[in-house]
Amino acid sequence: MSRTIDQSIHDLREMDELAAKASPIHAVSAAAKLLVTVVYILIVVSFDKYNMSGLLFMVFYPAVLFAVSEVPVMTCLYKLRFVLPLVCAVGVLNPFLDRTPAFPIGSFVVTTGMISMVTLMVKGVFCLAASFLLMATTRIEAVCGVLRKIHVPQILVTLLLLTYRYAAVLAEEVSVMTKAYSLRAPGQKGIHYTAWGSFLGQLLLRSMDRAEELYSSMLLRGYRGEFYYSEERAGSARDAAYAAVWILFFIAARNVNLTQLLGMLVTR
Amino acid sequence: MIRFENVTFAYEKGKPVVQSVSFHVQRGETVGLIGANGAGKSTVMKLLLGLAGPGAGVSKQFFDGTILVDGLEVLPAHIAGIREKLGFVLQNSDNQMFMPTVLEDMMFGLLNSGMTRQEAEERVDSTLESLGLMDLKYLYNHKISGGEKRMAAVATVLAMEPEVLLMDEPTSALDPYNRRVVIRAINSLPQTKIITSHDLDMIYDTCSRVILLAGGKVAADGPAREILRDEKLLTANRMELPLRFQGA
Repeated sequence: MSRTIDQSIHDLREMDELAAKASPIHAVSAAAKLLVTVVYILIVVSFDKYNMSGLLFMVFYPAVLFAVSEVPVMTCLYKLRFVLPLVCAVGVLNPFLDRTPAFPIGSFVVTTGMISMVTLMVKGVFCLAASFLLMATTRIEAVCGVLRKIHVPQILVTLLLLTYRYAAVLAEEVSVMTKAYSLRAPGQKGIHYTAWGSFLGQLLLRSMDRAEELYSSMLLRGYRGEFYYSEERAGSARDAAYAAVWILFFIAARNVNLTQLLGMLVTR
Repeated sequence: MIRFENVTFAYEKGKPVVQSVSFHVQRGETVGLIGANGAGKSTVMKLLLGLAGPGAGVSKQFFDGTILVDGLEVLPAHIAGIREKLGFVLQNSDNQMFMPTVLEDMMFGLLNSGMTRQEAEERVDSTLESLGLMDLKYLYNHKISGGEKRMAAVATVLAMEPEVLLMDEPTSALDPYNRRVVIRAINSLPQTKIITSHDLDMIYDTCSRVILLAGGKVAADGPAREILRDEKLLTANRMELPLRFQGA
């Protein structure tokens, strides 16, 4: 169990390391990347539930980003391993609820329910991949800096940043406690339910102690409730071009069925 | 520079953890604050930093006396100015270094003080350079050793150019080599320093004066070379001679 927790701590830190890489995508300003990600998600979500072919062209954005930013696709899949099944489960009942025949493949009839299920899954995967790519190519401080610039309340942004930073602290405490527990309970898998109460209580107290020290450390270095997000720089023409090109592409993909168009060109 | 005048403080009414503590630390002095567990060392530090007592807005029924830092009384109205003069190195460097890299951690306080990113980075460079730690600048905090982390924690505080450096157990959990590195670094710093520790050998190597706390009171205050050799005094206050004097 403590190995899993250590892995989680490693995963959290790995995101920081990915975000600190130097690639053309990393060099784009956080504001441009955030805008493109939000527009991408909105457009992906707006596709009709039966418009599978139109939606497929939206794979272009994450594919290009994975290739250019050198963020491994496998890392994305691995980090999203717990969320992906949930996203995929969203439309799982559609084939049972919507049995209208759409088209046959040999003797098998594909129903609109099946199409909408796959569309929902693909939408979920695309949105998650885009969010992951934003976080893997942009430092959390830079994202928070942009959020403050667009007047997201300070309390929410600070909460986001500190949750991100404290998550590792909490995980470290859990790791230490589970190691201490397993050393005194050899051969036992996980933590026995009778110890859950005191375990959680101790975890809360220890986390509070550490959080208090961290907060004291921040106060003593002049923190007055507002983070100074040093990462964000002023946007350049290149950032504007990056955002404009992608947004135009998304709008085109939304309004013209590029997959169908491509198919027609190939078959002509 | 720092003056405690008859300071009494209790977290719970009627149970004082610090009682009638008075001392004065001169500018440039290095003072060791020693005492057994529960003697009140950490509370004295917290009172000075405004993390407890009047600086934290605690009511008068829990506190009595006066604490002055460079003439400013430790009160909420003065706390920002006082904290600019004080730099505190925590016992657990992991709790001090909460940003991902050494650079960002050092920049945190500087940006809070109103510096631009460029000014802050220049200050970071000069601080790391003076400590011989330039190779740590871009490293991730979770990837550096305990000794390096301790030195980096000292650097984050020194970058703020405090007039007084407060250090809580600066050599705890360090191997002998890194302990020696930290001791050398402490001795090379010109600031006024107050160091709390159970490592009496380190206190002997770094401090000219020692304040011995016991049960929340000052049990002794004088030259380190006298107090740390006084076995009777140390034993009476649940402490032992530094290792170098044991069995001598």
